Amino acid sequence: MSTVTTADHHDAHHDHKPTGIKRWLFTTNHKDIGSLYLLFALAMFFLGGAMAMVIRLELFQPGMQFVEPQFFNQMTTMHGLIMVFGAVMPAFTGLANWMIPMMIGAPDMALPRMNNWSFWILPFAFLILIISMFLPGGGPDFGWTFYAPLSTTYSNDSTALFVFAIHIMGISSIMGAINVIVTIVNMRAPGMTWMKLPLFVWTWLITAFLLIMVMPVLAGLVTMVLTDKYFATSFFDAAGGGDPVLFQHIFWFFGHPEVYIMILPAFGIISAIVPTFARKKLFGYASMVYATASIAILSFLVWAHHMFTTGMPVYATLFFMYTTMLIAVPTGVKVFNWVATMWRGAMTFEVPMMFALAFIVLFTIGGLSGVMLAIAPVDFQYHDTYFVVAHFHYVLVSGAVFSLVAAAYYWLPKWTGHMYDEKLGQLHFWCSVISVNLLFFPMHFVGLAGMPRRIPDYALQFADFNAFISVGGFLFGLSQLIFVWVLVKCIRGGEKAPAKPWEGAEGLEWEVPSPAPYHTFDTPPQVK
Amino acid sequence: MNAKHSTLIGKLSLLVVAMFAFGYALVPLYDVFCEITGINGKTASEPVSAEAAIVDTSREITIEFIARPNQQMPWIFKPEVRRMRVHPGEIHVMNYLAENPTGQAIVGQAVPSVSPGQAALFFHKIECFCFTQQYLAGGNDMLMPLQFYVDPALPSQFSTITLSYTLYDVTSQWQPGQQNDSAKEFGE
Ligand SMILES: [Cu+2]
Repeated sequence: MSTVTTADHHDAHHDHKPTGIKRWLFTTNHKDIGSLYLLFALAMFFLGGAMAMVIRLELFQPGMQFVEPQFFNQMTTMHGLIMVFGAVMPAFTGLANWMIPMMIGAPDMALPRMNNWSFWILPFAFLILIISMFLPGGGPDFGWTFYAPLSTTYSNDSTALFVFAIHIMGISSIMGAINVIVTIVNMRAPGMTWMKLPLFVWTWLITAFLLIMVMPVLAGLVTMVLTDKYFATSFFDAAGGGDPVLFQHIFWFFGHPEVYIMILPAFGIISAIVPTFARKKLFGYASMVYATASIAILSFLVWAHHMFTTGMPVYATLFFMYTTMLIAVPTGVKVFNWVATMWRGAMTFEVPMMFALAFIVLFTIGGLSGVMLAIAPVDFQYHDTYFVVAHFHYVLVSGAVFSLVAAAYYWLPKWTGHMYDEKLGQLHFWCSVISVNLLFFPMHFVGLAGMPRRIPDYALQFADFNAFISVGGFLFGLSQLIFVWVLVKCIRGGEKAPAKPWEGAEGLEWEVPSPAPYHTFDTPPQVK
Repeated sequence: MNAKHSTLIGKLSLLVVAMFAFGYALVPLYDVFCEITGINGKTASEPVSAEAAIVDTSREITIEFIARPNQQMPWIFKPEVRRMRVHPGEIHVMNYLAENPTGQAIVGQAVPSVSPGQAALFFHKIECFCFTQQYLAGGNDMLMPLQFYVDPALPSQFSTITLSYTLYDVTSQWQPGQQNDSAKEFGE
């Protein structure tokens, strides 16, 4: 009898978890928290996507048809905020939670309780932000960049809620980043030396440092906006000796590293997927690490490329133009390394690989339009046009979002223990890759022709292109429903996944069974 | 929690606090940077002493004057002349007319900006109504003087300098200590 109890006790230690809502509310398990982050990000992706659909509906025809201009502005603002802070960033944090401990052979994240907090404050931040839309006067409508004086002198009282929401999101990201760093630095399994770390871990480590460096600056900035609006300070008010251009400097000091926060982990994902399906080792591992670090350092020296038209002196313009173009070098190194990895590899084209390949091609297109925007004299023409919209959607949708989708397909067998439906996945891929280009490619042309962004109406000559773009947008939105279908199907059942479902995959996460047990690596593995 | 974690968390938290402070430090840093380099078209906020600069008669610089009240500022505010041709080194006086058409007293603060921005370092003010807040009783008007000279060291690519003033209503921040030392009130 006593032996049985010990056995029971042992099992309890491993599998005991509260059931129902309590399990999720109080969980400190990295896999649970990872799933929460991923599901939350998916929900926000559809909410932000629904707002994009409203924008594309209004822009389907010239003239005002469906929404008021002020509501349109709320849509562009909330779409940006939700996609950046609600979808892309939490999705990467979810992946970090799920994968980093398993990749470095750690039993869990270093600070599990803080991990629970950093997730659970996030839904409240977005609840506050969304509630502000239903208050009299409406929600924030000054663009996700909340430039002063739009957010100070000309904003309504929802700004206070906006500031509060950003503060909570910032605290959540900073706690998440501290957790990632402490985990990676202190909890690697014996033998897991720095230069053996999977690139996803490396890129996340560097991203976490970026988060710690810039999220506090954003917190300071929203606080300045709050005090300018309500407590008679004049950081950005010329009447009191302030300067609205200063707002842009501080914002982009945060904002440019922020775009790398959203893309460096994507580089890590692609660097995991491409070698797997090319069945070759990643080409130039060390150069990948150094390239990531140099991109992160350079990202602090380029912010004013968003501000060429504010009237900077020529030498400042040149400085920011050259540093910006310099970033193309380490980024190019990465693209060439991925291509070299595939060179003469035994490639197969499962869904994760398809999304990774699309990432490489489409992200490069976004990178090239970025180089065009970096050229100060031509930026005067492109500034605030749809060309800019095309550029950052290529890097963020067909870049960051595609990498996230690729990651989901790649690790779904590990998470659920089932293979996803390959046919449906391929359908999802082809629908997405075609519609994303219908949606964003023509934006380059209307932008070059002078169509301004963030405007609910436009000149008649842009009508055909905009109708086309809107159709692309609706198709892309619908295509993502296929993704949900795949996910639901895969979670509920499907072909049993082996521990290592991908022949060419490498890494500790493939050494544990699928689905990954609730606790993994309680005794650290020995890495050779 | 083990000690290894605590030290690292301590260091990282310190970095968070430091970066929050750095965000605020950017405000004075920005002002100092703009003052030293003269970019951003900000002129000095204090008067320069009138040095006996050598007048450079070989060239003339066009100075354009722009003045406008901010949207919430009910004053009428304009320069006496729109443009002036000066030799670098010559000291000139330019008067701005301010009129308060409302019934109650309003305090104004003018904020200057020079374009092209790089010329700001070479535009010197010996005396300016923009150095202090200006009080004007309802229904009154006044002339507000600006005494300036252009530095003879002004690089030769600049032939026109535009000086623009925006006038703000700062009645709520009025400090009665520093009244119109430079403006001559007339009327009444
Ligand atoms: Cu940037």
